[in-house]
Amino acid sequence: MLNRQIQPPITDAVSFDLKLRQCEQYKLDNQVPVYSMHAGAQDVLMVEWVFKAGNWFEQKNIVAGTTNFLLKNGTSQKTAYQINDHFEFYGAYLNRTCYNETASITLHCLSKHIHALLPVVAEIITDSIFPEDELITYQQNQKQKLSVNLKKCDFIANRLIDEYVYGFHHPYGKYTSTLDYDQINRTDLLAFFQRFYAEGHCTIFTAGKVPTDLPQQLNQHFGQLPLQQRAIPNIQYNLQPSIDKKYHIINDENGVQGAIRMARPFPNKHHPDYQKTQILNNVLGGFFGSRLMSNIREDKGYTYGIHSYIQNHIGETAWMISTEAGRDVCEATITEVYKEMDILRNELIDEEELSLVKNYMLGTVLGDLDGPFQLIARWKNYVLNNLDEQYFYNSVQLIKTTGAEELNALANKYLNPTDFYELTVI
Amino acid sequence: MIEYNRFTLDNGLTVLVHEDNATPMAVVNVLYDVGARDENPNKTGFAHLFEHLMFGGSIHIADYDEPLQRAGGDNNAYTTNDLTNYYCQLPAENIETAFWLESDRMLSLAFSEKSLAVQRKVVCEEFKEHYINKPYGNLWKEMRALAYTVHPYQWMTIGKELSHVEQAHIDDVKAFFFKHYRPVNAILVVAGNVKTEHIKQLAEKWFGPIPMGDQYIRCLPQEPVQDSARRLTLEADVPLDAFVKTWHMDARLNKGYYTADLITEILGGGASSRLYQALVKEQKLFSNLDCYHFGSLDAGLLTIEGKLVKGVDIHKAEQAIAEQLQQIQEQPVSIAELTKVKNKTESVIAFEDMSIMSRASSLALYELMGDASLMNTELDKYHEINPQDIVDYSKHIFRESNSNTLHYLAKQR
Repeated sequence: MLNRQIQPPITDAVSFDLKLRQCEQYKLDNQVPVYSMHAGAQDVLMVEWVFKAGNWFEQKNIVAGTTNFLLKNGTSQKTAYQINDHFEFYGAYLNRTCYNETASITLHCLSKHIHALLPVVAEIITDSIFPEDELITYQQNQKQKLSVNLKKCDFIANRLIDEYVYGFHHPYGKYTSTLDYDQINRTDLLAFFQRFYAEGHCTIFTAGKVPTDLPQQLNQHFGQLPLQQRAIPNIQYNLQPSIDKKYHIINDENGVQGAIRMARPFPNKHHPDYQKTQILNNVLGGFFGSRLMSNIREDKGYTYGIHSYIQNHIGETAWMISTEAGRDVCEATITEVYKEMDILRNELIDEEELSLVKNYMLGTVLGDLDGPFQLIARWKNYVLNNLDEQYFYNSVQLIKTTGAEELNALANKYLNPTDFYELTVI
Repeated sequence: MIEYNRFTLDNGLTVLVHEDNATPMAVVNVLYDVGARDENPNKTGFAHLFEHLMFGGSIHIADYDEPLQRAGGDNNAYTTNDLTNYYCQLPAENIETAFWLESDRMLSLAFSEKSLAVQRKVVCEEFKEHYINKPYGNLWKEMRALAYTVHPYQWMTIGKELSHVEQAHIDDVKAFFFKHYRPVNAILVVAGNVKTEHIKQLAEKWFGPIPMGDQYIRCLPQEPVQDSARRLTLEADVPLDAFVKTWHMDARLNKGYYTADLITEILGGGASSRLYQALVKEQKLFSNLDCYHFGSLDAGLLTIEGKLVKGVDIHKAEQAIAEQLQQIQEQPVSIAELTKVKNKTESVIAFEDMSIMSRASSLALYELMGDASLMNTELDKYHEINPQDIVDYSKHIFRESNSNTLHYLAKQR
């Protein structure tokens, strides 16, 4: 007779011998480093060009983001339409994203089409001209998009909490206004482009079914460009966190929910507490079975979801709790979050819960090591943060060995309500 | 080419196994043949609410998530107008835990009053978060009600209104479960580092004893051919005027569906598409403009949706769209343009097939549509379409009498 009450035997993920697949590394003639992950069954390929061209390096708000966004909007040889049509003809996706320290151009395509696409990426990196008309359209449409976003409580909350933690003049804390769009001009973009793309610092990541001649192709199109020559400017910003810790903002009188953000400053990935705190974070609010989800969603039904996480920054970061809750239960939600912090400071996590969290985390790592794009994303994260594969093995080891006392000590160090900024936007 | 093995248990449960030994993981995907279209018009949102309840404890197992997480697994689910799909991924050696969990909740839920009370609230917050507390949040509620007069696609999966969810009763929950969540109405797909023989044993062991249940015979009112244009104008506290227009298109397996899919790509797929280039970039009438459909199994809606540049008259913008639609009906697309959208389709399919999770859910979907092997012939159906098909089908659907137009205007202060 089948006993449905008892879970079938499992292999504890803690006993898994997790191995990070090696990444091939080489350099182009101009010293541009390339990291390559050849894996996967489908004939697909990803190539990402990461430039040190984030908003860290801009002297005027949104210059970095706008330059990055308009990279597809015209070279001296091709219009925006021709560029888009070229990539789309081959069923390829060319995306660009601007972060704080870096900015990326990412190409996804079928491996068989790569030879037709690389020359145009090279053209974009060397010869973008930022046509005036394209800039005007961009300004208009982005301002319209912003006006819609400013109606959303979660959008407002995400901006403000960063400002409180880092200060508005820090790249991690600043955000965009309509005025920024009005003030940007072509000259700014051309100068930034020249300095941080055409003559910038680039790292290339490739993954998928990588053609055997890809190193030659990359070298042909990118190995002769004047990259990695000029020094990366050494720019330092001071954190200017706000003095007041508690904020309550009404953005929409008729709002039926409030966006709640609670955050405290946290050190970067090189700090000895960082990886262990990831375990504590999982217990608190890092996954569906976390204490915040169990209490505030699954027991009280105050919200559709509540999460905690450490922001993914290269420099200083923050530990954040984020949710949208019913307007009349926002206060109660915040109270419950503090209650959960309190319990973590005052009581040891019992063995059953801790082993569950560890198994869950290691199972997730195992799943994350599956597939070329996930693998290269992990490698990219290490490379950009000046870490190496040892970080991976340390992390796995710490998940396996960190005990309840250590986590309790971390809770006492980092989960004090007085350290948290607290924001509700209705 | 996605390979799989298929067998059926005595209780009618269809099982597909897709072996992939390149991954250490396994996915267990259970699709139930029930979606929002199967709901009572006075109790909408139920299929989706029910999906939440499926995590509230089953007859022998108090908590679904915890044992799965202990086995290193993770899971989620989604409900559409057509179907409900549950999937979990875990290290392949722990796969039996997924069988244990999924079979117990197919056997019977615990029907906990507490779980119902909490999930009613959670779903109400989900409703608010996505459809009330967001600008334009009710746009699709209005459009669906305009476009469908009898077919249950006239409401969204979240439900017509909060009150339907708030009033859900435990008796409704039980009736719904025993009507729809039976082996005979389900498809189990297992993908990843597994062997079919082993999966057969596990399926027999865990799912075999579940009573078959009655096959659900779907008998939905079909939407009559629309014979006159419908229009609706409404105002709301939003910053920009929005325009959305829909046309009835073919059901999922018809040739018209594939043609419509390519038409949406020609008109709105990416920054080199016709509508984007003409109306956003050149004429600067819209700040964004999309053309898409929902992949519905029954006859769906081809949609053009965008926000207007401030100061542009919405009738002028609508006229400019009409001119583009006129063009696609009169001038055959070039081979290059048709090749472009077919290349994109090939690419989309290749990227979709990368993860075992996505392969598993696709197999389940195609099996629901009649045969999982359709997954492997999908691209051929696109390749068969020629320029004249595009012209013919554009003429067929872009009749004004087949259209529903919504002007969603910013309230003047």
